Formats: sequence, structure tokens, C-alpha cells
Amino acid sequence: MGEKALAGLAVAALVAAPPFLPKYPLEILISVLFFAYLGLAWNILGGYAGQFSFGHAAFFGIGAYTSTLLFLRAGLSPWLGMLAGGVLAAGFGLFEGYLSFRYGLRGPYFSLVTLAFAEMLRVVAVNLKVVGASIGLVIPTSAAAPALFVFAHKLPYYYVILALTAGALLLTRVLARTRLGYALVAVRENEDAAEAAGVNALGAKLSAMALSAFLTALGGTFYAQYFAYIDPTITFGPGISIQGLLPAIVGGAGTVLGPLLGAFVLTPVSELTRALLRGRAGADIMLYGLVLMLVISFLPQGLIGWLRTRRMRAG
Amino acid sequence: MNGGLLLQALVSGLLLGGVYGLVASGLTLIFGVLRIINFAHGAVMMLGMYASYWLWVGIGLDPYASVLLTAPAFFVLGVAIERLVIEPNRDAAEHNQLLLTLGLALFLENLALVLWQGDFRTLRVPYANASFVIGEALVEVSRLVAAGGAVAIAFALYGMLRYTDLGKAIRALSEEREGAMLVGIDVRRIRGVAFGIGSACVAAAGALITPFFYIAPDVGESFNIMAFVVVVLGGMGNFLGALVGGLIVGLAESLGAAFLPGSLKQLVVFVIFVLVLLFRPEGLFGRPRG
Amino acid sequence: MRLLELAGLAKRFGGLAAVSHLDLTVDAGEIVGLIGPNGAGKTTVFHLVAGFHAPSAGAIRFKGASIVGLKPHAICRRGLARTFQLVQPFAGLTAVENVMVGAFNRERDTSAARRIAEETLDFVGLGARRHVPARDLTLSDRKRLEMARGLATRPELLLLDEVMSGLNPTEIEAIIGLIRGIHARGVTLLIIEHVMRAIMALSHRLVVLHHGEKIAEGRPEAVALDRRVIEAYLGDEGEGA
Repeated sequence: MGEKALAGLAVAALVAAPPFLPKYPLEILISVLFFAYLGLAWNILGGYAGQFSFGHAAFFGIGAYTSTLLFLRAGLSPWLGMLAGGVLAAGFGLFEGYLSFRYGLRGPYFSLVTLAFAEMLRVVAVNLKVVGASIGLVIPTSAAAPALFVFAHKLPYYYVILALTAGALLLTRVLARTRLGYALVAVRENEDAAEAAGVNALGAKLSAMALSAFLTALGGTFYAQYFAYIDPTITFGPGISIQGLLPAIVGGAGTVLGPLLGAFVLTPVSELTRALLRGRAGADIMLYGLVLMLVISFLPQGLIGWLRTRRMRAG
Repeated sequence: MNGGLLLQALVSGLLLGGVYGLVASGLTLIFGVLRIINFAHGAVMMLGMYASYWLWVGIGLDPYASVLLTAPAFFVLGVAIERLVIEPNRDAAEHNQLLLTLGLALFLENLALVLWQGDFRTLRVPYANASFVIGEALVEVSRLVAAGGAVAIAFALYGMLRYTDLGKAIRALSEEREGAMLVGIDVRRIRGVAFGIGSACVAAAGALITPFFYIAPDVGESFNIMAFVVVVLGGMGNFLGALVGGLIVGLAESLGAAFLPGSLKQLVVFVIFVLVLLFRPEGLFGRPRG
Repeated sequence: MRLLELAGLAKRFGGLAAVSHLDLTVDAGEIVGLIGPNGAGKTTVFHLVAGFHAPSAGAIRFKGASIVGLKPHAICRRGLARTFQLVQPFAGLTAVENVMVGAFNRERDTSAARRIAEETLDFVGLGARRHVPARDLTLSDRKRLEMARGLATRPELLLLDEVMSGLNPTEIEAIIGLIRGIHARGVTLLIIEHVMRAIMALSHRLVVLHHGEKIAEGRPEAVALDRRVIEAYLGDEGEGA
């Protein structure tokens, strides 16, 4: 019961404390939740369905570019553009997933294909003048307009990402307990046995892909509105793909809280590294690489898995 | 269609393709023996390029000559990486092994970034601009030497695999692991050696291209992707496939550059990649599945 | 009612004919044993029936309708379940979660699936190990788990593939009892087995395969005396049966 109280306290803090936080910690908190959110989105396909995508940037970029282009060219509010981006990304995910799964791509081959698709989108974006090519797109944020997902201060953005993250957490929790959730983990554990038990493996994987893509795309829109600038490398590049999956792996893929825990551990560490090695570009990613190697080697089930094993041993 | 343009594309494609072939040979060797897709391959190549660069800047060692130093050094580095990072995780889930080499790649690339910053460097040898003409195509000597050197090393590797005891042990482990273990082949040693050889190859490839290719921490990334495409195209673990695949990919990229605007040439390679993965995942030279 | 009908079924892998012109029927309520020396093609028949391989030739009809070309999950939905020769549990899931996956074949609701899973686990004798991760179960328990998972899909026909291999005599007796219990619940069974006394005791009818072809069929006592069957088993003894 002490656990529930602790969790309640944490939630209360996340909701009530930020208005009193100074700028820098608030930015870090937004960063933490942003990566937690991306990790949760990735986790549905990677952790639960067991299909490790290295190309989630494809969906992130589709989200970011869709809402931004609809905003810049058609004046559509990014709140709506976000949903459009999500649907488009889900569609692309279904396309990519259908091609891959229909032709039996599993494991590393699937990972490579997702990487290839993300890179293809990046190359296309770099070469298309209508989407800004490599110069990218700037989102006008000089005038605050909440209806257009533009805020004057950081705090509203915090609550947006908090809501998104909470939503993703809830969705994951509910999913894990439904027929689809069981189907996904069955496919992950043993696809042939799952089929023999009546699970439509292709359908389950595609559902996971579409859902994961949709959520990731929403994150892309958030990024665009928060940072007010996007380009092909940021949105479609391998960087965002990797940073999206790291929290899930470190925290525990296939668990509800894993990505959240992973983000809470990774982000401050990377911020600290960046601050210590002031101005040294790449120091934080170098650390990510090291952390990834260490986690895979010593905590292959992630932090949550490790905590669970410890608890089981203790009593 | 401009004949001269086409010829130029063919020449450039074949020359760079030879280098891709060497890079991919190393990767396919590693896959054949260790059964992992080494995401850190490009990063090791990048480090090989920096090694040649610093040797040139420091003691004026010609990059081609530096191969004699860097290849053995990177062999040792490769063995060390295999022992320290990969071997302990030998029985881990496949996707975790992938993530492991990915983590290594991130670490090495950004280590380079932290140490040497992201500025492009170039290694200017006196003969850098030497070139001659075949028909309407310009052939840069440095590219020719790189391709020739790459192919030579690849053939030496092939000879080693075919005719030496070590080579036979490696092939035995690639093709029939349980049988190999039964006849007493020291699996652990061979795994380390294979990774070492793969690393040495890719470092050598890096050294060979420094006279005409920019040097930066992220240079390995594009070669990484190319190497994956080549290895899949040629057949995972298939050495000859890696060489032929390298030439095909080099040509495809180069023809793509001739006919497509901007950097869309990369699309050609990715499309080939996806098509091969979907329709012939065992590669041109591999045996069809099931 | 004729539940399963194989007519002229054949499967070739490259040049090798694993199964050739096989005719086989299973009527509702039967326990049919499929036996034969190693490599006779028995498991291949299961793979074909359950939809994991496509036949090279021939027909497979379940409840009168062709199931050739259907994916395994669709075949399972129609009421045909199978176990695997090498048990295939969902290692990371608990026993009850394993069986729930099967229960979801007929149930949409999670708590209903859980109830069915728990009841099925009790039935196969794993009730006490509901929350044990499948990877921590003994081989004998894993075989029960796999049968439970198949049962939870509410099949009309259950294909059992060598469920007794690797078990000691006590465990074998227990499984024989379990199979009788399954049959008593109204499930028709097609069983591949090498443990002769078990398959003889259980089956109403035996079908003998050798090199992919049916060489004998009939009541167990008759088949046991069939010269061709004896020769097939004796002849293959040197081949590492």
C-alpha cells in the first residue's frame, strides 16, 4: 500500500508542482515526459508485440510535417493537424507493416526495413522544396494562440505533454489487459504457437503498428509546436528513432511503467552530462550508447525487470 | 541519354562499389560467424579513417601505407570488442544483440565527436588530384587505388578463407556450427578472430578512401547502411555475394546520382534494399528459405 | 459426423516426398492414432492440417469445408487445435496467461477468458501452478500446459503430437488418464505417439505411416499383427528410430 501512496504523491507532484518550478527544471521535466511519451508509443510495437522498430522516426516526421504544413499552408490548427498526422502515420505504419509482415520479415530484418523506410522519408523530405527541403520549416510562435497550439510560456506545453503521457500510460495499461494485448505478447513470445492458439498474428502486429505510429506522430506535432522548428534530420533521422526506444529498453520493454522510468533515469543523466562536459556535442549520446550497452549486458529486462527480480528474491 | 555521363556513372559506381564490397565483406564475415548484424561496423570504419588521418598529420605517413599499421591495430581492437562486449551477451535475445551493437555504434561515433568535434577534415596527399581520362569519363587515381586496394584485400581474405586452416574453421563455423563445435574447433577464438578480421577490413577500407573522402564522426553511418544493403543483397554470410553486391550497389547509387536530382540517389539504394528484403531476403547468392 | 477428411494429401519438399497420396478420415467422437517410424511424415501431416504448410496436392476438409490455404489461426477458430512435438509455451507468461491466449479464441472478455483458463488448468492438473511462469515449469507440466492451451480454444478436434515423449511411466499413465478425460468432454482426438502401449490403449483406430504413405489402418490389435507394419518398424530400427 505504501507503493500506491508513493505513486499518488508522484502524480500529485507532477500536476501541482510545475507552476512553481524555475525555467530550467521545467524544461528538463518537459524533456523527460516527451521521451517517456515516445518510449510508451514505441513500447506498444516494440515491447508488447516484440517487433523492434528502428525507424519510428518515420511516424514522428509524418506527424511533425503534416500538422506543420497544414498549419502553414492551410491555416489549420495544429490540434486538428495533429490528429491528421496521426491518421496518416497510422496509414503509413499499416503499409510498412503489411509489406514487412506479409513477407515474413522478423527480428533484425524487420528492424532494418523500418530503418530503411525512415531513411527514405528523410531523403525525400530533404529533396522536396515544398516541404522546405533541408532548410526545414519554422512554426510562427511570436503571437500566443492557444487555439493554434502556440503558447507564450513553457508551462502549458508541460501540461500538454503530461496529458499525452498520462494518456499513453493509461492506454498501455488497458491494452495489456485486453484480448489484443494478450495476442500481442503471445505473438512476441512465440508466433507459431500463437497462431495455433487462434491468434491472428498479422492482424495483431498491424494493430500494434498502427497504434504505435499514431501515438508517435502526435509526439512529432508536439515537438514542432514546442521547438517551433523542424527539418528532415531532426524529424526523420535515426536520432529520434533511437531516443524514442531507449527509455523503453532501459526502463523495461513490454511493461507499462518501463518507458516512464527509463525516461526519468536517462534524461537527467544526459542533461547532467551535457552540463558537465559543457558545449561538447555528442557527450550525452555517447553516454546513451554506453548506458544501452550496460543495460543490455546487465539488465536485459530493463530496470523494471531488475526491480521485480529483486523483489521476488527478497520475499 | 548522355553517353559520357553514363560512362562516368559506371566508372564512379564500380570504383566506389569496390570499396563497398570490402566493407560489406567484413560485415558479412562477422554475420556468418557470430550471427549478429554489426551496427558498429561503420563506426569502426570511421575510427580507421581518423587513425589514418592522425598518422598523416602527426608523422606524415601516407594513408595507403598506414593500412599496414591500422589493419593489425584494428584487428586487435575488433577482438577486444568481441571479447568484452559481444561474447558476454552471446546467448541474449536477438534483438538485444542488435541493440548492443547499436549502443556501441552510438558510443564510438559520439566519442569521436567529443574528441575531435564534428568539423569535416580532409587528408590532402600531394597526388590527390591526379587523374586520367577513359573516353569521356574522368578517373581519379585515388579512387582507382582505393578500389584496387579494396578488391586486393578482399581477394586476400577470400584466399585465406579458402586455403588456410583458420579460414576453413571460420567457414565451418559459418555454415555448420554444431558440426564445427563437434570437431573441436575453438569457437570462442574463431568468433573473436572473425570480428577482428571484419574490423581490420573496414578500417583498411577507411584508410583507402581518406585521400578523397571527407573525415567526420558521422561518415560511417552512410557506409553502414550501404554495407547492410550489400550484405542482404549478396546473401548474409556470403563472401562472394558481398563483393558482387558491393559493385551492384555502387553502380545503382552512381546511376541514381546521374539521373536523379539532389540526393535522391540514396532512394535507389533503399528501394533495392526493401525489395530484396521483401522478395529475396536470402540475397542473390543465398539459398532460398523454406 | 465426418470431422476431418484428407484425400490424396501430398507434400513435397524439393525432391523429397514427405507425404504421398494420403487418405485419412476422423469421425466425431473417435480417438485415432497416427503411428509410424521416425521420419514417416506424421508431424508433417499435422503441419498440413493445421495450416502451417501448404499441401503440394490433395484435399483437407474439416467439418465438410476445405481448409487448405487458411491461416492456422483461422483453422483454430473453426475448431481445430494442435500441440507441438517440441512444446512451444509462451515462456515469459504465467501458466494461466498462456491458457488465456487460447481461451480468447472464443471469448472477447478478459475475465471470461481468465475463468475458462483457470478451469482448464484445473482440469489438466495444473491448478496449483497457475501463476508460475511457463519457463519455470517441468517438461511434464509444460506438456499439460500446451494441452490446456489447446483445450481452451474449445476445439472439436484436437491434434496431439507426441505428448508423452520424454515422460516417465508414471507421467505417461497420468497423461493417458488426461487424454481419456479430454475425450470424455466431447473432444475428438488425432494423436501421434511413439509410446506404443499408450497409443494402443487409447485409440479406437490406428493409421500407420511409413515414408509418407499409409501402409496400414484398422483396430489396434489388427494393426499390431500386420506384417507390413512390423517390417516397417523393424526395418527402420537400424536407422536410429
